[in-house]
Amino acid sequence: MSELTLTVMRLGFLAVLWLFVIVAVQVIRSDLFGTRVTQRGSRRSGDARPQQARQSAAPPQQRQQQGGRQRRGAPTKLVVSEGSLTGTTVALQGQTITLGRAHDSTIVLDDDYASSRHARIYPDRDGQWIVEDLGSTNGTYLDRTRLTTPTPIALGAPIRIGKTVIELRK
Amino acid sequence: MSVVTNTTTIGAIEAPSRRNTELGLLAFAVVIPVFAYLNVGLALDGKIPAGMLGYGLGVGLLAGIAHLAVRKFAPYADPLLLPLATLLNGLGLVLIWRLDQSPRLIRRAEALFGAYSPDAPKQLMYSAIAVALFVAVLMVLKDHRILQRYTYISMAAALVLLILPMFFPAVNGAKIWISIGGFTIQPGEFAKIIIAIFFSGYLMVKRDALALASRRFMGMYLPRGRDLGPILAIWAMSILILVFETDLGTSLLFFGLFVIMLYVATERTSWIVFGLLMSVAGAVGVASFEPHVQSRVNAWLDPFACYQTDVTGACQQIGDALLSFGSGGTLGTGLGQGNSDLIGFAANADFILTTVGEEFGLAGTMAFLMIYGLIVERGVRTALAARDPFGKLLAIGLSGAFAIQVFVVAGGVMGLIPLTGMTMPFVAYGGSSVLANWALIGVLIRISDTARRPAPAPAPSPDAEMTQVVRP
Repeated sequence: MSELTLTVMRLGFLAVLWLFVIVAVQVIRSDLFGTRVTQRGSRRSGDARPQQARQSAAPPQQRQQQGGRQRRGAPTKLVVSEGSLTGTTVALQGQTITLGRAHDSTIVLDDDYASSRHARIYPDRDGQWIVEDLGSTNGTYLDRTRLTTPTPIALGAPIRIGKTVIELRK
Repeated sequence: MSVVTNTTTIGAIEAPSRRNTELGLLAFAVVIPVFAYLNVGLALDGKIPAGMLGYGLGVGLLAGIAHLAVRKFAPYADPLLLPLATLLNGLGLVLIWRLDQSPRLIRRAEALFGAYSPDAPKQLMYSAIAVALFVAVLMVLKDHRILQRYTYISMAAALVLLILPMFFPAVNGAKIWISIGGFTIQPGEFAKIIIAIFFSGYLMVKRDALALASRRFMGMYLPRGRDLGPILAIWAMSILILVFETDLGTSLLFFGLFVIMLYVATERTSWIVFGLLMSVAGAVGVASFEPHVQSRVNAWLDPFACYQTDVTGACQQIGDALLSFGSGGTLGTGLGQGNSDLIGFAANADFILTTVGEEFGLAGTMAFLMIYGLIVERGVRTALAARDPFGKLLAIGLSGAFAIQVFVVAGGVMGLIPLTGMTMPFVAYGGSSVLANWALIGVLIRISDTARRPAPAPAPSPDAEMTQVVRP
């Protein structure tokens, strides 16, 4: 076998070996899991701060995970429309969403008027979303009425917790 | 003015099962050794080796079986552990086969034992048994927490395994083998897994006493005397192994393992300081009067002095190994073109890293060490992800034992520390080593499967059933 072939094989083998190591490290890199937070650019640059203006230059990388079997007209996301978390959305995938100041809540409210476990929003068996007050101090309001029992949420109806207002949207 | 300026989407990412990634990497890990096999054949005989197809199929089949077992029994396991172990095992087989072809080693074996039999087929058979053991571990061990029940039984089992070789005759100056009906087994290899189980069970219960009940002295936490008891016992045990079995490697492994696990369990740096001081004291003490250990230390201090004083060639190994690494250079001589077979004794076992160093060069040796490092990294990652303290400690212990073993062998062969009789995991020739390390990977995969499995959906609370929602 010629010297050249063997040299090529020798270097090729080392290259392949290192390629394997690099691929393995890439797998580790892509192996992270946990909570994905996607920042999207500003929709309207009304009072956007410079920092956010810069973010808006980046192309919106949004891959909305759609729930598999969803009825037409069912809400797909929960949007915070007022309060310190304004603009936060949570995709609705059939999971229970807890709201409150506790750190393990789905939406952690930084709101002096919220209790640590304030309310939860969950789908019932028919896929209708229900909001339930979890015995909070200052109450949860759907439209203007204070909740006493678990109540179905209409699309776009504001749910008020302290200074925070959230609503379901399509 | 409430204008939506900044939108954040929060969504949970489920831990993916990553089985297809594993399959892809596994295919890659089978192709590399086949390529190496071809390379050896071309370099030695100038033609494609006859056994290439059978060998490739053998390794591929083993990898496939292991993969299917993981898919079935541990679907959320770490995707890297199996391919990395398969690659090392496959490359080890190629290196052993390459050394089987060496005329020097064949002549040496014929002169010493009167007959020569190649080791590669035997190693392939051991690998097959080892993969069967791996599958059995995954099948039988449904949950690693079951092992917690056997804390003290595993301590007794480990002690028995460690003491047994004392009653068998020494092989090559070290009493680490037991022979049952023609088979020789190295029980120390299995003892490292069992003792890791004992340490994790023990430390999980005692870690608070060890961590908190201590006095502060000169910036260090000094443990109480009664808490020092176990560490002293383990220390005494490892010294006893060293004295009676003249097995420096195993005693270093156990003591190092205990110190690592103590540190992880208690978060006290003082344990590491104590451990290092005690191991140094023990090693120096034993080395000063045990002739076998002493000769190893002398060979380590001045490897090339052996060429003048020692005519039997036993202590020239380290010098030979260093020359072998040196002649490999950065990119190596190429597979089949080195002279690492000059080492003779244990060239395909303890000294197999010299063949890597000579024929793959520094670049290849670093790649090997990286692969070992990645296995250890995945083990530590598993420990971080594990939810139960026993699983955490066990994963740390197993990957720590693996890391120490690699360090002890590689360091010994490279002349960093005195040489000890241990095998390079997966690569070196030896049935016990391959079996034990596949079992170790099996336990790690089981822990990682439990750790990465998505949490089950919370059971509906009984109140929810009774609440009636009144529709308006």
